[in-house]
Amino acid sequence: MAEPESRPLVYRHRLSTRIWHWINAITVFVMLMSGLMIFNAHPRLYWGHYGANADKAWLQIGATATAGQLRIGDVTIETTGLLGRWTDAEGNVQTRAFPHWATIPSYYSLSGARRWHLAFAWVLAIGALAYWLTSLVNRHVQRDLAPRGSELRPGHIWHDIKQHARLRFPTGEAATRYNILQKLSYLGVIFMLLPLIILTGLGMSPAMDAAWPWILDLLGGRQSARSIHFICAALFALFIVVHLVMVLLAGPFNEVRAMITGRYRLPKERAE
Amino acid sequence: MISRREVISSLGAGGLLAGCDRLDRSPGFRELLRSGEGLTMRAQRLITDRTALAREFSASDMSPIFRANGTRMPSSPEYAAHAASRFADWRLVIDGLVTRPLSLSLAQLGAMPARTQITRHDCVEGWSAIGQWTGTPLKLILEAAGLRQSARYIVFHCADNLGPAPYYESIDLIDAFHPQTIMAWALNGRLLPIPNGAPLRLRVERQLGYKHAKYVRRVEAVASLAGIGAGKGGYWEDHSDYEWYAGI
Repeated sequence: MAEPESRPLVYRHRLSTRIWHWINAITVFVMLMSGLMIFNAHPRLYWGHYGANADKAWLQIGATATAGQLRIGDVTIETTGLLGRWTDAEGNVQTRAFPHWATIPSYYSLSGARRWHLAFAWVLAIGALAYWLTSLVNRHVQRDLAPRGSELRPGHIWHDIKQHARLRFPTGEAATRYNILQKLSYLGVIFMLLPLIILTGLGMSPAMDAAWPWILDLLGGRQSARSIHFICAALFALFIVVHLVMVLLAGPFNEVRAMITGRYRLPKERAE
Repeated sequence: MISRREVISSLGAGGLLAGCDRLDRSPGFRELLRSGEGLTMRAQRLITDRTALAREFSASDMSPIFRANGTRMPSSPEYAAHAASRFADWRLVIDGLVTRPLSLSLAQLGAMPARTQITRHDCVEGWSAIGQWTGTPLKLILEAAGLRQSARYIVFHCADNLGPAPYYESIDLIDAFHPQTIMAWALNGRLLPIPNGAPLRLRVERQLGYKHAKYVRRVEAVASLAGIGAGKGGYWEDHSDYEWYAGI
């Protein structure tokens, strides 16, 4: 295929970024799906230090004789077929919270899910630590991710939101840099969501709670830690959905090539 | 018409899930994942204080209802007879690698120094309940029996059957001699109710609920867990592949 000479391949992603990306692509899916199976063992969330069946849950997934239900606060939503009551691959009705296609393993196994979750947690945490150190030391964060003052003006952010909503993505030189919405979402995931999900995970460990009581002082109790952990996981899932949609809209071949080889072809200039 | 991409992606997704299930059933891959458990235990023991105490709460922090889980009423006639006589003849046997095997009545245990603690109980399923426990520190019991040098683990044999075999659990000496590790005989100021493990249950506060053996009738000191049950050190460990180290 003949590419016009005017649209060169530029080097966009370093090897360390690419390796971390693909390790995370696997790890985050394993963590989310094994996490949903662990949630299935007690599909209720509480605030505070304690919380069990007799206590008030702020979120609960359950089943009546005929329907699946998600309850958040006082609002109950029927979720038959998706949450609480669904049909498995063999055609049997199941009343677990999250369905078989969303969990690892797909059959009910708390011990199995814990084995996956607690092993891959090491991959996630070590990768995160290595990335934090490397990207701060090689100044990737300061150079490429830190927003400049002018980018944080509400007018600039609003302009970028409108451009995204119209699916008008940066072209030419601007496409080699992260735009402000990318910067804010990547910084948010890497430096807020990731540390918080690791901390709330540790906060559910009774041994860690004994050794480092400040974790639960900070989070407000073990059941609060579990709730925040689940909310962080939901935000991770949201990030992945938006991320994948943006890749599809921006040109999946070019974007995936860039994340594999590091090289990215600059998009065509728009005729304004 | 279905596009080639849709076919590939659906095969990919279905294939990945089936692949995870296959991996989950593969003994080799399980072993690989289980190396994470060893790493977790060693890392926690390395970076934290081995004698750190679990948080103790005040009476106002307690759960209104303390949930009971697992066996709620042991099914054997022997246990029913003990329950009928309010456990007057219950004995706690301490044997295995000890210099002075013991058989203690509840009155003898009650005459030893007791410890009361309001702690949080964390089930592996995810829920927590806070309750007040009173019992005899396991350390005092083990010192009375005199552990032999070769003892490495303490095994708890229970009076309840969960499925085919009596329940059992085990801990190592770090947790066995921890000041909050007690053989509890009271919950929330009353003698231990049957659903919570009457007349004696283990509290090992820095681990998950399934380690807290209920209905304990025998404490055995061993050098290795290989000869106990299927060798993994506990009922759930042997039957459902839960981790022996339940600090997380």
